[in-house]
Amino acid sequence: MEAFFISNHFENCIFEFLVNNTLMKSKLAKKQIIHPENIFSPSIDKVGVEERVARFQSRSIKNESKLQGLKIALNMIDLTTLEGKDTPGKVKQMCYKALHLHDVHPNLPSVAAVCVYPSMVRIAKNEVRGTTVKVASVSTAFPSGQAPLDVKIRDTQFALDEGADEIDMVISRGKFLSGEYNFVFDEIAKIKETCGNARLKVILETGELTTLDNVRKASDIAIYAGADFIKTSTGKIQPAATMQVTYTMLMAIKDYYDKTGIMIGMKPAGGISTSKLALHNLVMVKEILGNAWLTNEWFRFGASSLANDILMQIMKMETGVYQSSDYFSID
Amino acid sequence: MATKKKNTEQGIDWNYSPSLESTSHLNLKKKYDLFIDGEWVKPSSGVYFKTINPANEEILAEVAHGNQEDVDKAVKAARKAYTDVWSIMPPAERAKYIFRIARLMQERARELAVTETLDAGKTIRESRDIDVPLACNYFFYYAGWADKLEYAFPNRKVESLGVAGQIIPWNFPLLMAAWKIAPALATGNTVVLKPAETTPLTALILAEIIEESGLPAGVVNIVTGHGDTGAAIVNHPDIDKIAFTGSTNVGKIIQKALAGTSKKLTLELGGKSANIIFDDAPIDQAVEGIVNGIFFNQGHVCCAGSRLYVQESVAELVIQKLKSRMDSLYLGNPLDKNTDIGAINSKEQLETIHKYIKIGKQEGAEMYQPKCSMPSKGFYCAPTLFINVAQSSVIAQEEIFGPVLTIQTFRTVDEVIQKANNSPFGLAAGVWTDKGSRIFNLSSKLRAGVIWANTYNKFDPTSPFGGYKESGFGREGGLHGLNSYVKLS
Repeated sequence: MEAFFISNHFENCIFEFLVNNTLMKSKLAKKQIIHPENIFSPSIDKVGVEERVARFQSRSIKNESKLQGLKIALNMIDLTTLEGKDTPGKVKQMCYKALHLHDVHPNLPSVAAVCVYPSMVRIAKNEVRGTTVKVASVSTAFPSGQAPLDVKIRDTQFALDEGADEIDMVISRGKFLSGEYNFVFDEIAKIKETCGNARLKVILETGELTTLDNVRKASDIAIYAGADFIKTSTGKIQPAATMQVTYTMLMAIKDYYDKTGIMIGMKPAGGISTSKLALHNLVMVKEILGNAWLTNEWFRFGASSLANDILMQIMKMETGVYQSSDYFSID
Repeated sequence: MATKKKNTEQGIDWNYSPSLESTSHLNLKKKYDLFIDGEWVKPSSGVYFKTINPANEEILAEVAHGNQEDVDKAVKAARKAYTDVWSIMPPAERAKYIFRIARLMQERARELAVTETLDAGKTIRESRDIDVPLACNYFFYYAGWADKLEYAFPNRKVESLGVAGQIIPWNFPLLMAAWKIAPALATGNTVVLKPAETTPLTALILAEIIEESGLPAGVVNIVTGHGDTGAAIVNHPDIDKIAFTGSTNVGKIIQKALAGTSKKLTLELGGKSANIIFDDAPIDQAVEGIVNGIFFNQGHVCCAGSRLYVQESVAELVIQKLKSRMDSLYLGNPLDKNTDIGAINSKEQLETIHKYIKIGKQEGAEMYQPKCSMPSKGFYCAPTLFINVAQSSVIAQEEIFGPVLTIQTFRTVDEVIQKANNSPFGLAAGVWTDKGSRIFNLSSKLRAGVIWANTYNKFDPTSPFGGYKESGFGREGGLHGLNSYVKLS
């Protein structure tokens, strides 16, 4: 197995290392490689993680900070439709919604992106062209990832050719669970290579990894192999983006940042459907990674029904009364 | 890292708005008398002292200063209640009263939590989520034992002791009252309790609850006051048992005073507990455990994990992560629901802590404190870390009772066991490792009353608590806690 990859990030950090340490400028350092099995992933104590998460959940977010938080969250949403029954019409409607969340309220941000299957990328791109909304495409035989590498590369290339700004790939969970970490690492690195300038989100499908130790290990592999973002789930498997899983992945991002100074993005996806949960996630991002991550460049929510709940809360805060869900469009 | 600067340049400045717990439902009196024989009586000296809110130095109430005469009155009432009512009451009936107290406490939980925060300076998060629910649970737990004592001590005859004199500290005012009163009542004893002078209010609300519960007069008497009030309790000839939680110095004085008398004694004193992190530990959860170990209740915890031992191979990582975690702690108004670190209990205690921080610097240890904006009024101390500390440093030997942590490194298991045991105290210890066998090895060799594995500062009514060596003797909590209040034959 060809497992000796130098990921882009790793090259960056070696580069930085060389710049900062002229004494250490040697060809040996440049050629240094990281073997996926040598990545240090600390063990995770589930009980401890649950306690920590409970602390985030007990934060009290009121008044201005709540309104501001809700608007930040709205701007971080990847509005998603990933169904076998998706049609161009459905995708177009969703794209319209992405740009017109609730026109009754003039000062609302748009969402960050729309997330669709590769076959719908061109349609979506045409709808959002010229706006800040990006098009993310799932790829690599989403959601199972059960296809050979050349098919996955072709899948990704197709989405890019159709105009995708971002690629959401899935890892091979079967390979991961059977301990073939090199395989998983290599696959991610290959897709990253295919992506070029498009940002790569790596979906770990944490519901299938079952333990937080596995989540941490998969996060580290993805990050070192070149992920720009790590993402919890496809949305097809339960449980999806639990706070415990997101916490574990945020800690992997923090450790990598502390080590290299390179920021990695995070996208919890699936199961975040209420404003309260979204705010808890923001609290967690803020307290672990800091305010720098509180933009849609570094944090996203993969969700379909979250936007309307946030809109409902914003309208409640500004008008003082709750409005029925019939006042919020459901595209 | 060069790119670290980016962190402050971009992103959105999102901060939490103040979220203060309301005090509008409080009904604090201006003046509190002594609770003796089921009635509120004025102190015979006529003297009252003020109790203040350490978070802003405002006066909360005036509280009676009980003297020897008042203590004598309370002991007489307790003796009468013991002989006439409480000791001869069927145990199942006793249990009903204790259950009722627990339920009434739950009903007034919010009031108790807010009062505790105002009087002691601890954060509302802790008083609401930890102190008050735990205190209720101790009453529930011991209520359950009241009619099952023959099963607690099989084949033994179980008798109550008589009148128990109980003196409690200011760090967990209500919880310590529960630890003391609940097992004493369950086993058929009557009580004279003295709360600490800086934090008497929740014990006085507890007295109101006891009054409301219809507990027979004199079974529980609460006499507020200073050290002299405590001394009067300790030296009273008609008391059968003294239970004291507080400093080691006072504990020694009490033990001397009781020498040669037939009074039973339990002491729960100071500590300098070791928290040990091995290199295979779940590092991030261990860092959280360190924070909970030392900064819980501003470090005013007798079992605080104030001596941290980290295995050398992970020391740098742990210290870096710990500093980063300390930076994210919010210090401020204890009534704010988002505050992590509240106020130091009193001016005197703040001065003690400052004295030790000064000593630490003089001893040449490297100090770290996160930048916190300190409130202009009130007593506050930033969470403090000392690195490069030696076993022989004063700050690693003496109990500081504040948010001050000392870090030492170790290389081998034997070394850390030796160092952890190398202390006049022996109250608690923490062990952080992924290896189960190592936990058993350490917990059998560490000389401490409580050993937590992969957690810290966890309390439960079913679990006994107490110390070795200068940390005291006798156990509170659990089945063992009954032992301290019964005569077995």
